[in-house]
Amino acid sequence: MSIILDKVSHIYEAGTTMSVTALDNVSLVIPDGQFIGLIGHTGSGKSTLVQHLNGLLKATSGSIYFNGEDIDAEDFDKKRLRSKVGLVFQYPEYQLFEADVFSDVCFGPKNLGLTPKEVELRAYEALKLAGIEDEYFYQSPFDLSGGQKRRVAIAGVLAMKPDVLILDEPTAGLDPMGRDEILEQISKLKKETGITVMLVSHSMDDVAKYVDRIIVMNRGGVMLDDEPAKIFKQYERLEEVGLAAPQVTYIMKALHDRGYDVRLDINTIDEAKKEIMSYFSRLAAAKRRR
Amino acid sequence: MLRDITLGQYYQTDSVIHRLDPRVKLVATIAFILSLFIFDGAAEYAIAALFLAIMIKLSRVPFKFMVKGMKAIVFLLAITIVFNLFLTPGEPVFAIWRLSITKEGIRLASFLTVRLSFLIIGSSIMTLTTTPNQLTDGMESLMKPLKKIKVPVHEIAMMMSIALRFIPILMEETDKIMKAQMARGADFESGNFIKKAKSLIPLLVPLIISAFRRANDLAMAMEARCYRGGDHRTRMKPLCYKKRDFAAYAVIVLYLAAGAMADRIVKMVLVLL
Repeated sequence: MSIILDKVSHIYEAGTTMSVTALDNVSLVIPDGQFIGLIGHTGSGKSTLVQHLNGLLKATSGSIYFNGEDIDAEDFDKKRLRSKVGLVFQYPEYQLFEADVFSDVCFGPKNLGLTPKEVELRAYEALKLAGIEDEYFYQSPFDLSGGQKRRVAIAGVLAMKPDVLILDEPTAGLDPMGRDEILEQISKLKKETGITVMLVSHSMDDVAKYVDRIIVMNRGGVMLDDEPAKIFKQYERLEEVGLAAPQVTYIMKALHDRGYDVRLDINTIDEAKKEIMSYFSRLAAAKRRR
Repeated sequence: MLRDITLGQYYQTDSVIHRLDPRVKLVATIAFILSLFIFDGAAEYAIAALFLAIMIKLSRVPFKFMVKGMKAIVFLLAITIVFNLFLTPGEPVFAIWRLSITKEGIRLASFLTVRLSFLIIGSSIMTLTTTPNQLTDGMESLMKPLKKIKVPVHEIAMMMSIALRFIPILMEETDKIMKAQMARGADFESGNFIKKAKSLIPLLVPLIISAFRRANDLAMAMEARCYRGGDHRTRMKPLCYKKRDFAAYAVIVLYLAAGAMADRIVKMVLVLL
């Protein structure tokens, strides 16, 4: 199970004065089971890119292979692709339409032509995975809170049992608590199911803690593609394109600059806490030796 | 997906037509449409075609774009042609079973085809070269005299500009929701009529909810800016006629005059050739 992009370009409104090149020769390999962060500022082509991965947009040039099959081939079943590559759009709560939460989550699996029993089973599992309690199952989705609505919408995609889950800015418009809840839920889900997850965001702080690979996009192209620690080391380059390393990375650098001998390859608050505590114990140990 | 609908869309570029005052364009479009219905005769339509061709050239909008708008009326056009061909009484030219194509039918059908397609192209030149805001400003200004008889001109114009403004927003929203539902395996294309209509529910419910939400937000935003109707409102960009606008009016008058004397002009051209 892998997705390969080979020199994919996408031009909106090609051939008019309004034409915009959203993707420019993007080549990527997305192997099985990775947790990927796709980062880029607004208009860098992230959303366009992810819509290619499940065949919603067709590449102007270049090809995309899902498990070795060309997704633009005529006999390729796009519906199956969409069930295998689940895409959760920005503000997914705006796509809810059913009278109650449970039937809304049933929509996806129902479209796959499963038996009613299987549909309900999948919906139940998906709602549990997304962290929705039983008591909400038969409420109207419009009566839920913003964070809950979003989780229901994510469950709607999870119910299709995708092998790859792509979330386009899943934290947009949520308060810090809602944001942490969603991200924790996604990370838990990733651990439980082992599927490939791609988190699209413009905030490094969002993804630093969870992902094991970061793809940085700029002007429709891939600028950096590496492990998080190696990416954040190049924070000057990130700043050039309107992005930044996580805030703790800057704090550790500032500490280092003021003569505190701490490590610099730190990207999450937990790591920073550990490092600072260990710095103090090292200091104390050194004093005792003297 | 929905980007293909060009009717009522603006095409951004810089041309003489784009720079004209919207009132001129409105008057010109109305004059052109009226002329299409008054004209009857090949010579007059030749003049209209020439005028239209010049306008298309001047507008710098690719012709492809205007033809795209025609797609919407192909069906209507086909019905019109068929009915006129077969149901016009007169001298039969060709007959199948009890239906016969008459000379008058051919004449009428071809005129109607020209008329309808010119009408669509003519009005799309206006919408392609004028932003919706300019258009409503122009309309408000042209309808001002009606205020005397208590027609709520400003309110009508405001409603129109809001409606026009919302077309692209709602289209984008439709596109988004459609994609989101397609990502959940929804199928909007296949199946019979009833199945297709049913498949629209997951699209329409979120769309209507979002339209209401947007309308609510807009009303709030307008109120927050103390909007209270048209009285004593001034404009940031008041419409004012420039030299080229008067020239354009002259061109319209010339066109109508040429239309009125079409027969003689065509004869003259033929003689000269």
